[in-house]
Amino acid sequence: MELLERLFVNIAGLARTLMAGWSLPNSIIELVVLILGIIAIIGLIIVDAIILVWLERKIAGFIQERPGPNRLGPAGVFQTIADTFKLLGKEDVIPRSADRWVFRLAPPLVFVPAIMLYAVIPFGKDMVPVDLNVGLFYCFSIASLGTMSFLMAGWGSHNKYSLLGGMRTVAQMISYEIPLLLSVLGVVMIVGSLNLSDIVAAQKNVWFIIIQPVAFIIYLIAATAELNRGPFDLPEGEQELVAGVYTEFSGMRWALFFLAEYTNMVATAAIAVTLFFGGWHGPWLPSWMWFFLKVYLIIFFFMVIKWTYPRIRVDHLMHFGWKFLIPLSLANLLLTGVGIEIYRFMRG
Amino acid sequence: MGINVEQPADAKQLLKHNIILTSIEKVLNWGRAHSLWPLTFGIACCAIEMMSTTNSRYDLSRFGSELFRPSPRQADLIIIPGSVNKKLQPLVERVYNQMADPKYVIAMGNCAISGGPYRDSYTVLPGVNTFLPVDVYIPGCPPRPEALIDGVLKLRERIMHPERAVKVSQDEQ
Ligand code: SF4
Repeated sequence: MELLERLFVNIAGLARTLMAGWSLPNSIIELVVLILGIIAIIGLIIVDAIILVWLERKIAGFIQERPGPNRLGPAGVFQTIADTFKLLGKEDVIPRSADRWVFRLAPPLVFVPAIMLYAVIPFGKDMVPVDLNVGLFYCFSIASLGTMSFLMAGWGSHNKYSLLGGMRTVAQMISYEIPLLLSVLGVVMIVGSLNLSDIVAAQKNVWFIIIQPVAFIIYLIAATAELNRGPFDLPEGEQELVAGVYTEFSGMRWALFFLAEYTNMVATAAIAVTLFFGGWHGPWLPSWMWFFLKVYLIIFFFMVIKWTYPRIRVDHLMHFGWKFLIPLSLANLLLTGVGIEIYRFMRG
Repeated sequence: MGINVEQPADAKQLLKHNIILTSIEKVLNWGRAHSLWPLTFGIACCAIEMMSTTNSRYDLSRFGSELFRPSPRQADLIIIPGSVNKKLQPLVERVYNQMADPKYVIAMGNCAISGGPYRDSYTVLPGVNTFLPVDVYIPGCPPRPEALIDGVLKLRERIMHPERAVKVSQDEQ
């Protein structure tokens, strides 16, 4: 158990001692370890996406009382791999009237912030790629960069449906970023730090979902809207907008958008676990196993919600965000502040 | 003509050198055959059967084809479920042209195959093969969902074994 617990830390340590044996300068050793970490994270993202797409289709089947993909491999696990090969072999269509550079840049630019989020997440005990003291702030500022690339995709396609979809995405993501941030502030007030490792350490005895249940619910709703997932998947509402921003993208460009969606979903769930579910804290199992267990539970919840609820209307979406979630999260902040003061007063 | 005789030997040589490329083609074909995403596209009564094929009772998703794509750019397969008339023909053709290669066509129902009950009408085209390269024909008015699933499986076989399709056409000649 101890070995498993320290598995990844030991691998990094081994690489360090190995290179020290070759008498390389310290800066190069650190660089190589960093690159190893990045490769590990990208591998994790791709494997995760392959598993999650399969899981999503299976869960959709489970909810609609049908088997879902089950012909390729046991329970259809190789379905996503077949999809990947097919997407690799598809023709790359760029419309003649499209703004070529903007069109080409948009898919990678959606994907980059999604990967960058992983830099500060504590995956387990001593397993933070970069231990930033403004970790949470970094997370949300990077996540809001994604909005730009959706607008680029909509504008660059030179297609009315794409543009409408892009505008909707931007409107939705900006409106739901505010309750998202306000809900997280409660936790920050209690811990008094923006460092994600500190936030995890503060939950050693009690998880913040018990102290901040309202904040957690607001976070979950706003995060679903930020991810553009059902019931908030208006940007790709096929009844009105063909495929929204994705309309003109084919093959791997489209696949990158999809990959980014799943990457973002894992990152959002990871932040939720870090903030409200005690991060990697848990008995018996190694810390990183606990972390991924909790992350997958939240992702399962996201998927069940997506396949159970119908899409909501665009004006209802805005009303719900501005007139309900934001006042509620402000009230939660006020209550948290009062609570903290009372606690301090009682302790003297 | 003399040049033509030489060419097959050359082609065989080339094939030997490019054996890696052919195995890549095999892997790609395996992917293409097992993830045929149809376009969300319906015309007439056959479309109702097509919709019920994805529902719980028949479940096309078992074969990985339940992801109906709303945008032609991401679809691999266009199912023509119904009668195409002269007014609709340019639009169907345009949607087909918007799809990214490789793309496949299934003609579903008698209307799409030959005009069906409306064959004698002055507005209806006698089959979609007058303007689209059809891969699989599914007869019936309407074909049952099982028949559509069988059609998708036939198409899968055709993609996995391109040499077989060629052989049949040579035999016919
Ligand atoms: S083949 Fe029959 S069921 Fe299908 S579209 Fe034609 S008339 Fe309707």
